[in-house]
Amino acid sequence: MSAVIVWAELTEGRFKKPVFEALTAARKWADALGLPMWAVVIGDKLPEAIPTLGEYGAERVLRIVSKEFGQFSSAGYARALAALMKEKNISYAILPQTYDGRAIAPMLSIWTDAALLSGVISTPEKTDSGFTARRIAYSNKGIEWVFSAHLPLIVTLKPNSFVPEKSPRDFTEEDFSFTPEAKDWQAKVTHVEKIASDKIPLTEAEIVVSAGRGLKGPENWGLVEDLAKVLGAATACSKPVADVGWRPHHEHVGQTGIQISPNLYIAIGISGAIQHLAGVASSKNIVVINNDPEAPFFKAADYGIVGDAFEVVPRLTEAIRRYKEQHAH
Amino acid sequence: MKILCCISHVPDTTTRIQFTADGKALDRTGVTFIINPYDDFILARAAELKEKNPSGVHVTVLCVGKNGTSSTDSVDANLRKALALGLDEAVRIDAEASDAFFVASQIAAYAKGEGFDLLMFGKESIDYNGSQVAGMVAAMLDLPFISYATSIEPQNGVAKLTREITGGKEHIECPLPLVLSAQKGLAEWRIPNVRGIMQAKSKPLHVLAPVEAKPRVQTVRHEPPPPKGSFKKIDPDKVEELVKELANKGLV
Ligand SMILES: Cc1cc2nc3c(=O)[nH]c(=O)nc-3n(C[C@H](O)[C@H](O)[C@H](O)COP(=O)(O)OP(=O)(O)OC[C@H]3O[C@@H](n4cnc5c(N)ncnc54)[C@H](O)[C@@H]3O)c2cc1C
Ligand SMILES: Nc1ncnc2c1ncn2[C@@H]1O[C@H](COP(=O)(O)O)[C@@H](O)[C@H]1O
Repeated sequence: MSAVIVWAELTEGRFKKPVFEALTAARKWADALGLPMWAVVIGDKLPEAIPTLGEYGAERVLRIVSKEFGQFSSAGYARALAALMKEKNISYAILPQTYDGRAIAPMLSIWTDAALLSGVISTPEKTDSGFTARRIAYSNKGIEWVFSAHLPLIVTLKPNSFVPEKSPRDFTEEDFSFTPEAKDWQAKVTHVEKIASDKIPLTEAEIVVSAGRGLKGPENWGLVEDLAKVLGAATACSKPVADVGWRPHHEHVGQTGIQISPNLYIAIGISGAIQHLAGVASSKNIVVINNDPEAPFFKAADYGIVGDAFEVVPRLTEAIRRYKEQHAH
Repeated sequence: MKILCCISHVPDTTTRIQFTADGKALDRTGVTFIINPYDDFILARAAELKEKNPSGVHVTVLCVGKNGTSSTDSVDANLRKALALGLDEAVRIDAEASDAFFVASQIAAYAKGEGFDLLMFGKESIDYNGSQVAGMVAAMLDLPFISYATSIEPQNGVAKLTREITGGKEHIECPLPLVLSAQKGLAEWRIPNVRGIMQAKSKPLHVLAPVEAKPRVQTVRHEPPPPKGSFKKIDPDKVEELVKELANKGLV
């Protein structure tokens, strides 16, 4: 008996989009292999949202509940998943490539003697001798096909590579008993600081409005915020803008900042340096607004407006607002 | 306190990327290899800790890799660059860094007997953004692992750290030894000075043979990213056209 499992990461008692993407990918992978798909929930209490896992195709939900899991520990979570994979003889696992997913997956791969394909953007395809999958390489300058003939196989899935699709199943629930050990909680979280909790986190946003030095100063960011607001978008910025303190560091995207691949990225007054593109070039649609027709960003654009941001952006915000009003039900 | 900094050897982001005719590997001709930018943060933090306590801190820099054929593709040169920040010694494990499991096996085997208090990594290498090696080493050595660390302050066998998470940060306390992977913020990047560069020339750089380990993941081939056609130009006076385009794609 085997299955494809997904670690259904809980964020403050809820499942977020990367989990539904992982379930969607796992459902496809399981169907191709003729296996069931199970979700694994780890936490300090049972979330109410468990039925949503069935909506996205889980046939069984395995629950690992213990007070220790109220605190994140990569070793603790990896140890629990490893115990489950061993006892249930699981050969295939998908984790969302989130902050915590990235921390758990490599440890899990060692403790289950598994191969790890990280940051993949496709479901693994079976070949005669193993599995292949694609991932992004060299700052979006290439796509790499990776292969492994090794089992178990663990995959971390790059956020926004799959569109979550519902595939409702009747699912069963089962407790998996696991006794956490203190040695896996040596790293103690003393407290958590939240930043701007009313805003959409950059890594999860479908739409991102981003601006650079072309905006001249922090006092002009109202333009960016207004556009982001009508679009329901998160805001981001280029590195120099964060370095001089016009915007907080957690908004900095690029090679040294956060890497994102939203459905829509709007770049305002950003030149499009290669280090910036390294973090955003895999966005599905890119709109560039820049007054320099030679700005390198246009080469990566799907839509480009050559013009002054101070005129174009308010106009665009207004046009979107009008469109939304006309099409509101 | 003994610190290990693991650095990877990656193509400079600004470099043009081409693949060999069979697509299996990067064509290294004319490519400049640099220290992975996230690893620059750990080197800088190690240098700060060393400066504060020169006789009490010993820093080893390690890379698993083979020197390329050109002067811009030399692991040894990058290790010397790291030493020039004021660090103590370098180790190169003389093997192709074939996959993360192989690399982690080398690092864990080396670190096992050395009694490091702090093992530092970058959050990811910018070649494949794998985020694998650090966690694997932690699991192999059964040490606590703090990923995306944005600060570390070790004192009397315990470290205070911060870690980036979705929409915020965690404050963490952890006894040493521990493994961390660095996010921007751990320290300010440093540039070696002339004195550091001169001193680095005579610092020890040990070249070690690899231990046996079987890679679990292979590269089949590379492809260029899907080509971007030329972009659609929108007249700045007709932004409604853009709204229509985006609406057709379900984006507004
Ligand atoms: C190792 C390394 C890592 C780096 N990592 C990152 C990273 O992660 N992220 C990052 O962003 N950068 C990074 N950089 C910096 C990067 O190289 C660029 O310097 C930076 O991205 C430029 O920021 P910018 O586009 O905001 O500013 P600029 O390059 O100054 O561009 C400003 C743009 O605004 C346009 N503009 C000016 N006025 C207007 C107007 N009125 N209307 C419309 N457009 C206007 C200009 O034409 C120009 O194109 C890194 C650099 C190095 C060396
Ligand atoms: N070949 C290598 N030699 C030494 N350290 C490495 C090597 N490859 C990766 N690392 C370390 O592991 C981190 C994460 O790399 P990766 O898992 O490849 O994303 C890097 O930032 C380095 O600190």
